[in-house]
Parts: sequence; C-alpha cells; structure tokens
Amino acid sequence: MLAKRIIPCLDIKDGQTVKGINFVNIKSVGDPVELGAMYAEQGADELVFLDITATHEGRKTFVDLVKRIARELNIPFTVGGGISEIKDAEALLSAGADKISINSSAVRNPKLIDDLALNFGTQFVVVAIDAKNYDGRWTVTVNGGRIPTDKELFSWAKEAEDRGAGEILFTSMDHDGTKAGFANAELSKMADMLKIPIIASGGAGNMDHFVDVFANGKADAGLAASIFHYKEIAIPDLKHYLSNKGIPIRL
Amino acid sequence: MNLVIIKYNAGNIESVNNALQRLGVTAEITGDHEKIKAADKVIFPGVGEASTTMAFLKQEGLDKLIPSLKQPVLGICLGLQLMCSHSEEGDTPCLGIFEEKVKRFQPEPGMEFVTKVPHMGWNTITKLKSGLFDSSLEDQFVYFVHSYYATVGEHTAAVGNYINPFSAALHKDNFYATQFHPEKSGTIGAKILENFIKL
Repeated sequence: MLAKRIIPCLDIKDGQTVKGINFVNIKSVGDPVELGAMYAEQGADELVFLDITATHEGRKTFVDLVKRIARELNIPFTVGGGISEIKDAEALLSAGADKISINSSAVRNPKLIDDLALNFGTQFVVVAIDAKNYDGRWTVTVNGGRIPTDKELFSWAKEAEDRGAGEILFTSMDHDGTKAGFANAELSKMADMLKIPIIASGGAGNMDHFVDVFANGKADAGLAASIFHYKEIAIPDLKHYLSNKGIPIRL
Repeated sequence: MNLVIIKYNAGNIESVNNALQRLGVTAEITGDHEKIKAADKVIFPGVGEASTTMAFLKQEGLDKLIPSLKQPVLGICLGLQLMCSHSEEGDTPCLGIFEEKVKRFQPEPGMEFVTKVPHMGWNTITKLKSGLFDSSLEDQFVYFVHSYYATVGEHTAAVGNYINPFSAALHKDNFYATQFHPEKSGTIGAKILENFIKL
C-alpha cells in the first residue's frame, strides 16, 4: 500500500541550516547535507529545503548546495524559495532537485504554474500555500503569512491543480507554531476537492497530531521542522507509532 | 566495469549517475552508438512524456539500437514504459522489447487512500523475480512517480499495487526495467542497483 510520507523541512540561509538545531552526532550542525543525510537514514520519506537567503550571493550558494545534496541524498527532495521564473527552476533541476516548491511567485503570477508544468512535468511542481482564517474566510497570504491576498484558499488550491501543480503543500498560519495539531478540517475538505496529493504543514506538536492528520485530515504527507530539529519527536519513533495505529508507513 | 547511461532528452539522468557514484561506480553518460554497444552494462533512465521521447529516440537511431543490445540493460521509469510494446500516453508505439502494454491509472471514485494520479511516493514490491532482486527485498518500499503503468504479464519481475496490480519491474533475457526509481529509493534502491551492476 502507498505509504503516508513524513517530511522534515530545513530552512537554509547562505548555504547553512538556520534555527537552532542541536544534534550531537553530526560534525557540522549547520551543514544541510549532513543533516539531510541523517534524516534520510532515520527514515524520512522526503526532504524539503527552503532557501530564505535574500542576497544574490546566497542564491548562488544555494544552487551549489543543491548539487551537493543531490550527490549525497538517496531519497527525493524538494527545494523552494526565490523561484519566480523558469530559469530559476531550470538551474535547480539541473542541480539535481526532484521537485521545486513555489509560493508567493505563483500567487503573483499564476501562469508560472502552467509554464513550469509544461516545461518540466507536473510531478516537478509543488505549489505551497500559506493561508489564514480571517473572519471565517480562509485567505491566502504571502511573505511568510504577513500579507493577506485577495485569493481564497480552496479556490486557489483548485486553480493550482488545474494549472498543473503536482502537489499542494498547505500551511495553516493559524496552526503554525502552536503545536496544537494540524488544520484537519481544512485539509480534509481540500483532499475531497483535489485529485493531487496534499502535504500538510503547520501545527505538529506530538505523534497523535500526525495520526490525526492522516486519519482525519486525509493528508498524503506530514511536514514539520522544529519538532524534528529539536528532537522532540524522533522520526523512527514517530513512524513506528503511526504504523501501530494502522497508518500505512514505510518502516 | 564499463557502465553507460544513455543520454537523451529526459530528466533525472544525473540522479542515476549520482546514485552509481555513491556505489563507487563511474558511469559515462553518452548517446554514442559505438560506446553504448561496447559497454558492459547500459542504463536507460527517463522522466518525460512517451511520444516526444520516442520521437527523439527515433531521430537518434536509438529505437533500433536499444532492442539489439546484448549486455544487461536496465530501464528506469519512462525507460521501462518505452521498452514495452505500446503506451497510451500519446498513443505511442514503443520499442517492443516487452509485450506488456502501458496504460493510464484510472482511479475509481470513492476508493480510500488510492484515488490520486500520479502514483507518487513509497510503495511495496512483491512477487519478485530476476537477478535484480533477492528475497530480502520482498515487500520492501521503493519510490514511485508515474501516471502510466505497464500491465502485469509474462515478463513481470515485480508486482506493485496501486488502484490495480501493475508491473513494478520487468525482465526478459538481458533486459531489465523498474517502474520505480532505485536511485531515489534509499538503501533498498541502492541494493537493486548493486544487484544490476553484479549481473
């Protein structure tokens, strides 16, 4: 049976992992390649690397980093951050990325989704959506949830699918950082509407939250960052827990 | 050992090369007919669309060369599909090495967990046959990304199950193929590539 996926997300700035990551068994705590390889060894099903570099120099470093990741990592990985045109995606594809994730640039220019899907195939294109509930309307936000747009979550997700997105990575800004669980009602509604896989993000605090997001939120994958980085949840423990709860998982 | 990866207009060629390098094998990526014929092993990878890729293979004469090869050949993903007789994708006649046909997944409404196309992610392989596999690989998870599949037939060397049973691997004489991506399938995938190298 097709397994539900567990995906750690790493934020990268100027080629280094950011956020306090306190692993003891790797030589350089800041090195995304070592950290990624360690997660792969622990059973992560995929990895996401998000470039939060603002400078041109940092961008070049990121493409070089993607090449190193592709050489070392034996599982699929997605890269995102700062992709606003075809040539950005092309550089990352030829560096060895399996998928790219676009967010604000797709909101600003939805045709980018069509162009990327046409050039590289739908399986290459992940559309990330950050949304927040404003008075009952789930509103798509950009710039890390700070700026609301005129787009509504569900219609935007459907449009992204129609334009050629291969997957949706949905982050609820209302749940992100709360550690109180994923946005299961919204995820489940989205799963019923779409034919492409959905990656759930935002709100993971304990192992039961992952059970809920697969069983009730109908998500295909669960993504988290800090709970893995701070070792609050170890991936092998999480995967055994999920498997014991009857969730299809790769052990 | 002299291992060649066939170079053509497809994605993921570097990923296969990276995986071989992790196993300590240096491959040459080339479209040169003489080099391909002279290689000990040949890998035919592929991510892309069937009809445009077949058109490219014809243009390069690779549609005649590949079925005539005598050494072990491993097709991956689209490579497997193009080695079959026909693909529904673009209604494309393919290389005809395997008689199996390539069809599109048709999800049935209301099926829990398995209604999405492409089939993307980690799934198990069973009923393993051929030198690519050993008993330790039965029921292990490997990584798939595909919307089309080869039917189960005489040459099926591994069965996958998504919406319906399909050929996760095929084998006939010196020709081997996997629908999944061994180069992205962790240690299990590395073992399968290693088995191919040892053939």
